[in-house]
Amino acid sequence: MAAQLRAVKAVESPYDEEVSMSQMKQSKAELLKCYEQMVLIRRFEERAGQLYGMGLIGGFCHLYIGQEAVIVGLQGCVQPQDTVITGYRDHGHMLACGMDPKGVMAELTGRQAGYSKGKGGSMHMFSREKNFFGGHGIVGSQVSLGTGMAFGHKYKEDNGVCLTFMGDGGINQGQVYESFNMAALWKLPVVYIVEDNGYAMGTSVARGSASGEFHKRGEPYGIPGRVADGMDLFAVQEAGAWALDYVRKGNGPALLHIKTYRYRGHSMSDPANYRTKEEVEKVRQDHDPIELFRQHILSKKVATEDALKTIEKQVKDIVTEAAAFAQSSPEPDAGELYTDILI
Amino acid sequence: MTQTLTVREALRDAMAEEMRRDSNVFLMGEEVAQYHGAYKVSQGLWEEFGDKRVVDTPITEHGFAGLGVGAAFVGLKPIVEFMTFNFSMQAIDQIINSAAKTLYMSGGQMGCPIVFRGPNGAASRVGAQHSQCFASWYAHCPGLKVVSPYSAADAKGLLKSAIRDPNPVIFLENELIYGRSFEVPTDEDYLIPLGKASIVRPGKDVTITAFSITVGHALQAAEQLSDLGIDAEVIDLRTIRPLDRETIIRSVKSTNRLVSVEEGWPFAGVGSEICTMICEEAFDFLDAPPVRIAAEDVPLPYAANLEKLALPSVEKIINAVKTVCYK
Repeated sequence: MAAQLRAVKAVESPYDEEVSMSQMKQSKAELLKCYEQMVLIRRFEERAGQLYGMGLIGGFCHLYIGQEAVIVGLQGCVQPQDTVITGYRDHGHMLACGMDPKGVMAELTGRQAGYSKGKGGSMHMFSREKNFFGGHGIVGSQVSLGTGMAFGHKYKEDNGVCLTFMGDGGINQGQVYESFNMAALWKLPVVYIVEDNGYAMGTSVARGSASGEFHKRGEPYGIPGRVADGMDLFAVQEAGAWALDYVRKGNGPALLHIKTYRYRGHSMSDPANYRTKEEVEKVRQDHDPIELFRQHILSKKVATEDALKTIEKQVKDIVTEAAAFAQSSPEPDAGELYTDILI
Repeated sequence: MTQTLTVREALRDAMAEEMRRDSNVFLMGEEVAQYHGAYKVSQGLWEEFGDKRVVDTPITEHGFAGLGVGAAFVGLKPIVEFMTFNFSMQAIDQIINSAAKTLYMSGGQMGCPIVFRGPNGAASRVGAQHSQCFASWYAHCPGLKVVSPYSAADAKGLLKSAIRDPNPVIFLENELIYGRSFEVPTDEDYLIPLGKASIVRPGKDVTITAFSITVGHALQAAEQLSDLGIDAEVIDLRTIRPLDRETIIRSVKSTNRLVSVEEGWPFAGVGSEICTMICEEAFDFLDAPPVRIAAEDVPLPYAANLEKLALPSVEKIINAVKTVCYK
């Protein structure tokens, strides 16, 4: 099954030979920060799932569990002026951009203290302060928007790059290729990242894409692409570092195909009958991005088991606090119904 | 001080003045730069502002509309030209889902200062796909402003206001009036506020609301009606959203009769909204049921005689006014 193979470490990745976890030059503090962020996303999403089950979160809620290394790896490569935009599976991106877990969780519960005052919800959150531009619910629309943000970086000559995320479903939208064409034509500073978790809702890549080699989708426009194993933080970092360097030098866009996996359904209402429990379990057992990274930290003696447990405890407290805040924060005032329509 | 300008020149001058005033304003669209615009509205802009600020796009409406919205999110002020608004249907998702709704969905963080402009409505003998009025489509949506001028002075003053406005503005022009000349103030700060209608012909017997090219029809009708002893008041709506309710209601309360004119289809059209508003706000003042003049409820035909039958005309307006005046 192609779908099952996708979860296996990306053997065709050009990075398999170049990258091993031990070769990364990062400080202990940087590595532990990555660990903390990945665990934060995992625990946050698990808690969001629980709150959804309790009826405290409504509507659509798409969890990022399994994909944590992708956004954490890429955020490790950015500069302060860079911007980020993604689709609807956005909680992980927000946390990795430094947004406050309390504000994100309170938005999920539809409260006044949420990032959008409770008026956006899971798929529509933003933070100008953290250069996070959403959170967009229409699949593929963020690709044109991100291309425009890159146009803005170039116009303002601020040396910024826009990281534009999409999924293995979104990459098939027509406007993605309209955007590729313009970005390449005008050499816009944008990194396109395909987070390929194997399934566009319930449709596997094999059933929805004539070719699953997404890193080649920019080739007709002269956009170079690379593949990386999205369950391996260092592989993501390596790919991200290459892409951002290439783009920041003024060469125009680059495309990353990051192979990852989501453990949960497409959304909270998805029983995931399109794949076997064994498939999911195998990835969890053999390729879990957090567990792989944890083993690296311990085996390379970056930190002790106790140190990691301390981080895990801190994260647990942060998430507990966020969940409590999200339940105690009041709903938006009725007067908010008619605010923020026009400036 | 005024000068005589065509609508086309007035629109060009508005963009040029605002681009000189604010370096974040730029124009993009198909053929806007080296070709000077498919209808020559951007004549001379590329020569003055160069490739960076007058950007020829590929034929890619969905893509460049989204690109423009993204650029607006990060602080630029794009003017996005659709060669005609018919092609904006390819881009309507970005206009509504991204440009119009994001401010609300972000709790007020994400402003989108962008103008989408271009010719709207029927041209001449170009068939159904190229002849459609989008006023009611866009006016339906909270988060957008919708402007549709008639005279060159209004075109200039409204476009300048639209470019300075921090919200997404749909600016509906009309190909058939690009070449008409009007007196236009020369003041570079000549601004007309969005949301204000204009009484272009005062009268006491009947209120005719119109916008864009149909203002010309309404004025002609009013002249002919005066020969019949009917004194029509003509209101140029200028902005469709937010609609200047006050001016319309006040007028109808004094004339007691209403005829609305538009080039769009009748169902859920601008006229439907105006008639509903009058029923809600001035019902007791009406001496006759309001009448809507709109395009016939058909795709616009190509044949010259059928096309003429399908569109609003001076004759149709006169007949409608006679009906509401019981003459």
